[in-house]
Amino acid sequence: MALTREQMAHRVARELRDGYYVNLGIGIPTLVANYVPEGMDVMLQSENGLLGMGPFPLESDIDADLINAGKQTVTTRKGASIFSSVESFAMIRGGHVDLTVLGAFEVDVEGNIASWMVPGKLIKGMGGAMDLVAGAGNIIVTMMHAAKDGESKLLSRCTLPLTGCGCIRRVLTDLAYLEIAGGAFHLKERAPGVTVAEIRAKTAGRLIVPDSVPEMQV
Amino acid sequence: MAGFDKRVYTYEAAMAGLTDGMTVIAGGFGLCGIPENLIAQIRKTGVKGLTVVSNNCGVDDFGLGILLKDRQIRKMISSYVGENAEFERQLLSGELEVQLTPQGTLAEKIRAGGAGIPAFFTATGYGTPVAEGKEVREFKGRNYILEESLTADFAIVKGWKADWYGNVIYRHTAQNFNPAAATAGRITVVEVEEIVEPGALEPSQIHTPGIYVDRLIQGEFEKRIEKRTTRAA
Repeated sequence: MALTREQMAHRVARELRDGYYVNLGIGIPTLVANYVPEGMDVMLQSENGLLGMGPFPLESDIDADLINAGKQTVTTRKGASIFSSVESFAMIRGGHVDLTVLGAFEVDVEGNIASWMVPGKLIKGMGGAMDLVAGAGNIIVTMMHAAKDGESKLLSRCTLPLTGCGCIRRVLTDLAYLEIAGGAFHLKERAPGVTVAEIRAKTAGRLIVPDSVPEMQV
Repeated sequence: MAGFDKRVYTYEAAMAGLTDGMTVIAGGFGLCGIPENLIAQIRKTGVKGLTVVSNNCGVDDFGLGILLKDRQIRKMISSYVGENAEFERQLLSGELEVQLTPQGTLAEKIRAGGAGIPAFFTATGYGTPVAEGKEVREFKGRNYILEESLTADFAIVKGWKADWYGNVIYRHTAQNFNPAAATAGRITVVEVEEIVEPGALEPSQIHTPGIYVDRLIQGEFEKRIEKRTTRAA
């Protein structure tokens, strides 16, 4: 069975480490915050200028001056700091964020990522995605392995306009966890009940499969 | 003292001198920390052909969206403009020019502009459509693109508190692009919720020193919330 969005978030959360500063993108990455392992302390960075994002507020605590990068009302946690957009992107671009999790339309064997623009459709903008992929050393991309019609999104070469090039090394899809190195996807784990054959069939880029591929623990 | 007293008492005076074809840098992220009354005043003046530098472009009936609706904006320089249906219409019809800029690059362009730096190299956007036509240089084995900085005829800024001298403090994430914007206007106009007497603000807590501020006005703010999200009690 392909992973649910929640299971994908749960799997990504296993890459968190105590004391990490983490930037979570919109969509599945946001859900990772719900699966921070017990006893582990991580600080969430929001690109609009907040380090130490807390949960959504109670109705009575809503504050128009306190939002996240998705423009949702949020709270701060203990130890939070707030700063300007300049400062926020200095820490992103300067490589100070320990882990970045973001979505994508396509990735390829060279570590290129396309996530912001589909020609012919309305272009809304890249927001902070290009800065995040350019600045982070440690990125996990969460995405669907293939389109609904079965067409692979893990390619030899991205077809859509890029968000960044040569910057992605780890990908979690609804079918598998893979690493990118040496011009190939390396299959590391498969979703429970998903066969290597299915992953092969849905991976268009070069795929290297070890003798044994463990099932993911989710 | 009058020499440093930046206060003005009407929004007409706050935006006096804005004319057709000028460039305006606006603070704000989404609808958070936007100079909503200064934007409303720009609408009132009816000036046209503006180039507006702002991370977003408001929503259809609030923030910069109201200037779009009246077709006062010729060009937007933004990182994300997805919340606005009128924006979409004008973009598709060719009435509006848009220069999409990565958010961190946009912030740095404004910061650099205000700091007298004409351009800078960044890895952001290398190898993407953003890099088209831009100089590429390698530093320590990595490729960077040359991005030019931004300044404006007017910068419009929303602060929380300020003293007469224009020393400004922002509140929570309403800070966002505001301090950078404040540095990059030939004329910088700040509107705040409260103006206090000089000396009432702790000098080391000031976000924007008064040297950047030309005009200061106290206003009333709607502070509309774009996405009201809560958790259960």
